[in-house]
Amino acid sequence: MGRTLLIVVVVLVMLVAGALIAPVRLPHIQLAAETVGHLGGIPITNTMIAGWISTLVVLAIFWLGTSNQALVPRGMQNFAEYITEFVLGLCESVAGIARGRQFFPLVATIFLFVITSNWMGLLPGYNTIVVRERVAATEATAGNAAAKPEATKPEAAKPEGTAASPKGEIEEIPLIRAASTDLNTTLAIALTSVIATQIFGLRALGGGYVSKFINFKGPIDFYVGLLELIAEVAKIISFTFRLFGNVFAGEVLLAVITFLVPWGAAIPFYGLELFVGFIQAFVFAILTLVFMTLATTAHEHGDAAHAHEAPHH
Amino acid sequence: MTDAGVRLLAAALAIGLGAIGPGLGIGMLGAKAMEALGRNPEAEPAIRGNLILAIAFAEAIAIYALVVALIIKFVA
Repeated sequence: MGRTLLIVVVVLVMLVAGALIAPVRLPHIQLAAETVGHLGGIPITNTMIAGWISTLVVLAIFWLGTSNQALVPRGMQNFAEYITEFVLGLCESVAGIARGRQFFPLVATIFLFVITSNWMGLLPGYNTIVVRERVAATEATAGNAAAKPEATKPEAAKPEGTAASPKGEIEEIPLIRAASTDLNTTLAIALTSVIATQIFGLRALGGGYVSKFINFKGPIDFYVGLLELIAEVAKIISFTFRLFGNVFAGEVLLAVITFLVPWGAAIPFYGLELFVGFIQAFVFAILTLVFMTLATTAHEHGDAAHAHEAPHH
Repeated sequence: MTDAGVRLLAAALAIGLGAIGPGLGIGMLGAKAMEALGRNPEAEPAIRGNLILAIAFAEAIAIYALVVALIIKFVA
């Protein structure tokens, strides 16, 4: 009883002290990635920079892990081998030895890139290091366009955001922002995954793969083929928005919690976001793997491809 | 009610109502997976893999609702 009271008092004191000593303002929540610079006419967004950093980190881990290879792995090599064996085991258990090894490079790349960029997005510096830029009229992107016409209460929603700032003011733009909080990143990975699935399917089944979509055997087969075509498009959408939605919502959650209780309260949510980051990377990789397995499996019974057909362990 | 107010309400309803079904579905999946684990604890890897896969499919429905909500809020 005494301990519970103590904890409650400490939390309340931290709430009040945090709010008084170090108030955190509610960050400006923006959907589209902000442009921080230009490289030869190509706009460079903050999510692109984060994507490059994650790529470099993955490369560095595996470069360190594969230089100086020893028969008995230690340190970085051990780590790299552990990850590789984990993903390879996954591929082989779902798709079988031969196909699993065929799918492994793409699946492992997706898994490693997504998990690295998700976890690195939680590091200090992401979203907090800002560059100050003069606001051009074009900076008010889709995120603010909706709120702009109604100028009645911009202060309540965005204390410091760009919505209220007149033209020519200084704006703070985060220098780096987690790569998956940009729809373009997740769409790129989703397209890679789905297009590679089609290529693997075509290579494995040839004309049989095409007949899954375009089929004149009968009205029902034709309709099922149309549904399969729609399902391929839906795959892209759900891949894209699953990763984007989870990571973006996590970022907003952390920002809001930090705004509500500046000290300490966000730590458990960081744990949650670590978990979500892993699960999303895992789901992306394993769904890619399962879709590839389904696409390369011949169906004779004309049943629509569903998850219950995935080979089990 | 103003135009922006209706839009906010529509976005909130889209994701709020759209999350009910997937929430129920994921709950059922979790319950059944726990039941299966209780019956056969050795099948844990197979159950976990399929559970995550099934949850991802149920979650996709919520994602469509999220897409609609985002479109209402930011695009339309």
